[in-house]
Amino acid sequence: MRNAWVVAKRDLGSYFNSPVFYVVTTVFLMIYSFIFFQILTFFSFQSVQAGQFRGMNVGLNLNDMVIEPSFHNMAVTLLLIIPALTMRSFADEKKSKTYALLLSSPIDLKEIIFGKFLACMTVVTVMVLLSSYNVGFLLILGEPEIGPIVTSYLGILLMSGCYVGIGVFASSLTDNQIIAAVIAFGMSLFMWIIGWAAQAASAEMGELLHYLSLVDHMQRFLKGIVDTSDVVYYLSFILFFLFLTHRVLDSERWR
Amino acid sequence: MIEVENLTKFYGPRPAIKGISFQVNKGEVVGFLGPNGAGKTTTMNILCCIIPASSGSAKVCGYDVFDESLEIRKRIGYLPETPPLYPDMTVTSYLRFAAEIRQVSSNKVRASVDRVLEKCTLKEVRQRIIGRLSKGFQQRVGLAQAMIHDPEILILDEPTIGLDPIQIIEIRKLIQDLASSHTIILSSHILPEITQICKRVIILNDGEIAAVDSLEGLTSSLNKSERFILKVRNSENGIQDKLGALDNVISVKAEKDNEFLIECEMNSHVQDQVARMALENSWGIEELKIVSMTLEEIFLHLTLEENEPGKVKNGAGV
Repeated sequence: MRNAWVVAKRDLGSYFNSPVFYVVTTVFLMIYSFIFFQILTFFSFQSVQAGQFRGMNVGLNLNDMVIEPSFHNMAVTLLLIIPALTMRSFADEKKSKTYALLLSSPIDLKEIIFGKFLACMTVVTVMVLLSSYNVGFLLILGEPEIGPIVTSYLGILLMSGCYVGIGVFASSLTDNQIIAAVIAFGMSLFMWIIGWAAQAASAEMGELLHYLSLVDHMQRFLKGIVDTSDVVYYLSFILFFLFLTHRVLDSERWR
Repeated sequence: MIEVENLTKFYGPRPAIKGISFQVNKGEVVGFLGPNGAGKTTTMNILCCIIPASSGSAKVCGYDVFDESLEIRKRIGYLPETPPLYPDMTVTSYLRFAAEIRQVSSNKVRASVDRVLEKCTLKEVRQRIIGRLSKGFQQRVGLAQAMIHDPEILILDEPTIGLDPIQIIEIRKLIQDLASSHTIILSSHILPEITQICKRVIILNDGEIAAVDSLEGLTSSLNKSERFILKVRNSENGIQDKLGALDNVISVKAEKDNEFLIECEMNSHVQDQVARMALENSWGIEELKIVSMTLEEIFLHLTLEENEPGKVKNGAGV
């Protein structure tokens, strides 16, 4: 574990010392803030209208109409952004031949992989938490419920963990960062929309596809419910991709 | 210290090394010599537990590279052909990382970094970004990284590749300093380097060991004839024929107008006769010297020509 942290620490240093983190975070914050602002504008527009028509204000609340959709959009934005952070984790090491240093060091491959995951996850967490100033405004100006906000952040971070897991895996496949990013993006998106296939599938199959879909497990978090089965789903999703990464990197040594 | 037995590695269907065996004793400095693609790097990667062998066994410090690789990795320092440097880090932070990942206990990290900075004369660039250092400094950082945990064995893959002559001399000196306290395996295709640093040479060619011997051994066992150069002041026609007519002389080649390369039977002391002849004919001896076979020639001989039976072959004369 200490070794994983050593690997993660170096990666973090490299993220924060290079423009990568700052550019990616800026882009993410700009897009998310823009979306948030649009949603908020629409909400205040409706609020003003609701003041004029009796009965229309039923169901108008910040949590349902602003915070929840904004987190939905944040999940999509992260889907686009996270591959840009994860693409370098192994691809760059292989390209610049520094991978030999890690492999010839007395640490386990699992620790290297976990360290890489940890580094990306820390960066993503910082990025997501920075975006919370938007919700902060609402806390100052309105009275949204805190509970669903906290669970939404938990859900978003777990989901980001899945993106990072896929991203680290994609990065282990190649020494080309662009390829790693495209694979990561493609796989994340596919795991997101896999539920769509449920409509055409048989009942059992449809249920399975829904279960596999990343987005379906998000719903309850956004409503303020932490369901163990969702947490288990996300954690096993992450572990599965870290396991695949291990298989790829281990088998690569034999070729 | 290092025992390699029948080691084979396939990349797909293509064998990179074919059943090589050799040993390296404690404190020895051994050179791997061979053309590109001979299997030097593959052998080193197997010894450093980066890739597993397809068959055969290798033991480092008594540990098996396959089963006890963690123990070996603690005891080995590896400088790959491309030094594994993170260009965005400073020298000090990089070395600190190398120390931590190589399991140097946290209270000794600082001392270890200072030690290698001192040894590799990197003090002046300690706060510089690695990516902006010259190739020579980068190579030294690579070497510093390999010795940060004070390993018993250093494996250096082409440590002087791509450096200018002054840097080559500096690195070579550094390796010579290290040789007193470490077991070193060094690969190179720069031959004079091997002659200067290594006591023993393993010549690899096409995945097989073409020869294992000390340098003197290699030279003498390959030399069935002696050669020397005669340089004279007053060149006249017929010198070549006269020299050729001497007993035991195999051939005479005119290198220039007044310079002749004479090849003769081993220990036949033809020099005496040549000198006498030169004096009698007043050619005026400028130079008369024995030419021993250079490592380049041995190398080419072993890697390009067919090995005749009875020649140094696989382990003979170790």
